[in-house]
Amino acid sequence: MKRILTLVALLTATMPTARALAHAFLDHAVPAVGSTIPTAPKQVQMFFTQGLEPSFSGATLATPDGQAVATGAAMFDPQNPMEMVLNLPKLAPGHYKLSWHVVSVDTHRTEGSFSFDIQP
Amino acid sequence: MTSKSYAALAACAALSLLPSAAQAHGFVGDRFFPATILTDDPFVADEMSLPTFTVNPTGPDGSKEIDLDVDISKRLTPDIGITISNQWEHLKPSGMPSATGLGTLNTQLDWQFFKNAPHEATAMVGINSSWAHTGRVQALGADDFTTLSPLIDFGKGFGDLPDSVPWLRPFAVTGNLSVDFPTKTESAGNPNPNNFNYGFAFEYSLPYLQQNVKDIGLGDPFKWMIPLVEMSYSTALNRGQAGQTIGTVQPGVIWAGQYFQIGAEAIIPVTRQAGHGYGGVVQIHFYLDDIFPNSFGRPVFGD
Repeated sequence: MKRILTLVALLTATMPTARALAHAFLDHAVPAVGSTIPTAPKQVQMFFTQGLEPSFSGATLATPDGQAVATGAAMFDPQNPMEMVLNLPKLAPGHYKLSWHVVSVDTHRTEGSFSFDIQP
Repeated sequence: MTSKSYAALAACAALSLLPSAAQAHGFVGDRFFPATILTDDPFVADEMSLPTFTVNPTGPDGSKEIDLDVDISKRLTPDIGITISNQWEHLKPSGMPSATGLGTLNTQLDWQFFKNAPHEATAMVGINSSWAHTGRVQALGADDFTTLSPLIDFGKGFGDLPDSVPWLRPFAVTGNLSVDFPTKTESAGNPNPNNFNYGFAFEYSLPYLQQNVKDIGLGDPFKWMIPLVEMSYSTALNRGQAGQTIGTVQPGVIWAGQYFQIGAEAIIPVTRQAGHGYGGVVQIHFYLDDIFPNSFGRPVFGD
């Protein structure tokens, strides 16, 4: 058993710390996934682990009852192909769910969703 | 592999060069199911485990065994795939000389017939075949008979639970059910029963927690880890062995990386027939669809 634990510890220690997935995962977002913020954000920034294909990537925002919030189209920074930005209208306090879908530069499609709360 | 097989493989690779958006391996909706070690994962994919290194618990007869496995899976279409696997074994029976060699060759044909993205659910049917006389029969106990095993695999993520139970949403479970149909009823005087095989993997996805539920600030390498517990049982149904069960439980962790994943699990026998003591397994598993996104990593037809 000791040998197994040693092996697991060695493997953990040798895992790479820098990571650029071939398929794009959400690395982090602003506002953060599952966060509660005091003021309405003007935009949501999403940072992915892989460069994105803008033509096939996007995001939508909805209220808890599933009603879509009218937002601008997703925007992409040519200087940072791993970032997607969704500009928002003035949001009232409440709970919001953001759904994203992206195609990474190696053509793999991934999707995800997360929520954030606005509570003044 | 024959020269004809190489030619067929090259033709398949050439046919699959047309790029288009493709679902990455193991994804159903927001859920990423990793390739599990003990149990079969419920999706078809272009992937390769090389190697899977296993130190088995001591056998019920006191024998000790070390295995080195390799398996490769290839999608024929986006929903149909094949897997070929084999293992090199080193067996040391109690009080006898050790023996090494190849174990039984296995092949599997799968059809992933169901995917429900909003509910992170998937299911697959298939047939596994272990082929007679493809390993060292007398020295290592490899099969001298072919066994056909129809199977069903399934996976379910719990990301569709309500926001009121956020910490449960990263959970997922996968499972396998199959029945063995050996083509010989006995070998060297020992019965070959029909077996009912069942296995499950219970996973808690830290990537899912970070990306879909709550960013708790996990750093590398922990934010890409999936702790899990796998369990697998095989119960004989007939031929004088009805009810005898071989079962193991394997707690461990899988780290899902850029082009590969690394998994490590302890092996705990939970029935007398599974042996005693502890074992361990380590696996390096490559995502061929990410390594060769425009060639070998795509389905042969229909992507």
